[in-house]
Amino acid sequence: MLATTRTAFLQRTRWQRLRSLTMISVSASMVTATLLLTLGLFALLFISAMEWIFWIGEGGSADVASRLRDIALARPGLESSVIGLVPAIVGTVALVMLMTLFVAPLGVATALYLSEYARDTWYTQLIRISITNLAGVPAVIYGVFGLGFFVYGLGGQVDQLFFSDRLPSPTFGTPGLLWAALTLALVNLPVVIVAVTEGLDALPEDLRQASAALGATKNETVFYAVLPAAMPSVFTGLILSTARAAGEVAPLMLVGAVKFAPSLPVMTTAPFIGLEQKFMHLGFQLFDAALFSTVPPGGIGWVATIALTLVILIALLNIVAMSLRSVILRRQAVDSPF
Amino acid sequence: MDQQSKNDIALSIRDLSLSYQGNPSALKSISVDIPRHSVTAIIGASGCGKSSLLRCLNRMNDLIDGVQYSGEVLLEEMNVLSAETNVTALRRRVGMVFQRPNPFPKSVFDNVAYGLKLSGVKSQRHREELVEKALRSAALWDEVQYRLDESALQLSQGQQQRLVIARAIALEPDILLLDEPASSLDPISTLRLEELIYELKQTLTIIIVTHNMQQAARVSDFTAFMNQGHLVEFGPTDTIFTRPSMRETEDYITGRYG
Ligand SMILES: Nc1ncnc2c1ncn2[C@@H]1O[C@H](COP(=O)(O)OP(=O)(O)OP(=O)(O)O)[C@@H](O)[C@H]1O
Ligand SMILES: [Mg+2]
Repeated sequence: MLATTRTAFLQRTRWQRLRSLTMISVSASMVTATLLLTLGLFALLFISAMEWIFWIGEGGSADVASRLRDIALARPGLESSVIGLVPAIVGTVALVMLMTLFVAPLGVATALYLSEYARDTWYTQLIRISITNLAGVPAVIYGVFGLGFFVYGLGGQVDQLFFSDRLPSPTFGTPGLLWAALTLALVNLPVVIVAVTEGLDALPEDLRQASAALGATKNETVFYAVLPAAMPSVFTGLILSTARAAGEVAPLMLVGAVKFAPSLPVMTTAPFIGLEQKFMHLGFQLFDAALFSTVPPGGIGWVATIALTLVILIALLNIVAMSLRSVILRRQAVDSPF
Repeated sequence: MDQQSKNDIALSIRDLSLSYQGNPSALKSISVDIPRHSVTAIIGASGCGKSSLLRCLNRMNDLIDGVQYSGEVLLEEMNVLSAETNVTALRRRVGMVFQRPNPFPKSVFDNVAYGLKLSGVKSQRHREELVEKALRSAALWDEVQYRLDESALQLSQGQQQRLVIARAIALEPDILLLDEPASSLDPISTLRLEELIYELKQTLTIIIVTHNMQQAARVSDFTAFMNQGHLVEFGPTDTIFTRPSMRETEDYITGRYG
């Protein structure tokens, strides 16, 4: 009797061991497959891009240097297609920077209000839940809102008040960099608010008490003790929103990105940034290239090149934000994830 | 009360009662005079109201919703509990150190300079002087003088606790409240802390809450024994520990309950 229970027990452990072994190997192969797939995708992207970039032949550029120049600079009309990585990169970066300028203070202020000042009632709970849910609204919806509210609404008002001499041709009452940045700021606002609120909620109560015990007022505590301690989470939010802003296409089509812009939205003289200008954007270029244009020597090369550039740009932007964050983390001596 | 003895009183507590939302009588009519330039230990079983009493003295209880108190706490001419009292000024005169070391996630220097900046010490040089002075008083200068720019979180627990004390005494308070300051420290760090307390009482008045009878006997000049919100007995530490007048005190000290 005892012997049979014992063997049953042993069998079960063997069966369990087999099962856990299977689980491990399945998940290991999944991870490997994902990794290989990503690597393969990258390799494909890289190879087609390189092949295309260094193509020199009849009907095209004479040598590598002029080929690179052709790819880098925008020129309309080249076989009814637009090549121009540099203006698209500049447009993308300008957009991301401007968006960060809007979303960072707005997101941080909202998060501070929600977790430091507002009392914890069912109403603030409702607001928190709504904000989390807003993060799931498709970006194109924000695009429609941006077009209606910013471009036609605000932009139209601005034109009537300040640029009435130029009417009926619109100045701000048409899609442009400012409205695109504001729209993307709205898209990313929930992401930033959620990241910062979580960061603030995770701070120990000790910190606030320590500050108060030194005679700090509520505001002083929030701005000199709490906010600096929550800076890493602010950067987490901004890193997330940077990637989204650089890669978003759908809302931008409605509020300001164009296939070809005659001038850059940034300049070397004051005011340095053309807020009302249309701009080129890597995501939009990608979309346009994939659907509408063949650029010699054809194939997927041009698309792959834009895609590769976009991926690299996002990686660079993230690296900048992450190194800023790790500097702060190191100063606070919280274990850095890098 | 004649003039001489009045000058010897740092803090005068009269009829102090306190209620929390879920606890209508956390402190029950407490009256005691805390002597100046001395260490007063508050002992008593868990939940008897030691921390609550301490938090009344610098109004940290204000941060808790639904707290109500009555009575008087006099810090020289200042009526601590009055609604008109400037809480910021009060907390600069009555510093507090908590059970767990809680330095800010900032550099060692910035931790000590935090209160100084807020209290309006504008010049960086002046701040540096005051920070050094505070760190010296807290017996920490020798250990951190070359690490002022490092994060305070990299110091050991014992160093952190002394840093927190330095942060409080940088504001040159009259009174320092210590709420179980050694409970998260190892024996060596505890000893250093006790030595520090002994040094500090030359210039300020210290009130320390502790669960450690030996510690209370070692560091304090006066001892207050509390039980269930009452102040049972207050007197010179020697007397309280050798000849307590109340049965409850004797039972607690000899470990018969609590
Ligand atoms: N924020 C609060 N809200 C409600 N009740 C509280 C609060 N803080 C303390 N109390 C209650 O007040 C009483 C006294 O608490 P207090 O923290 O002052 O005790 P203590 O003597 O410091 O205990 P310990 O030795 O465990 O620190 C306890 O019954 C406690 O439950
Ligand atoms: Mg306590």
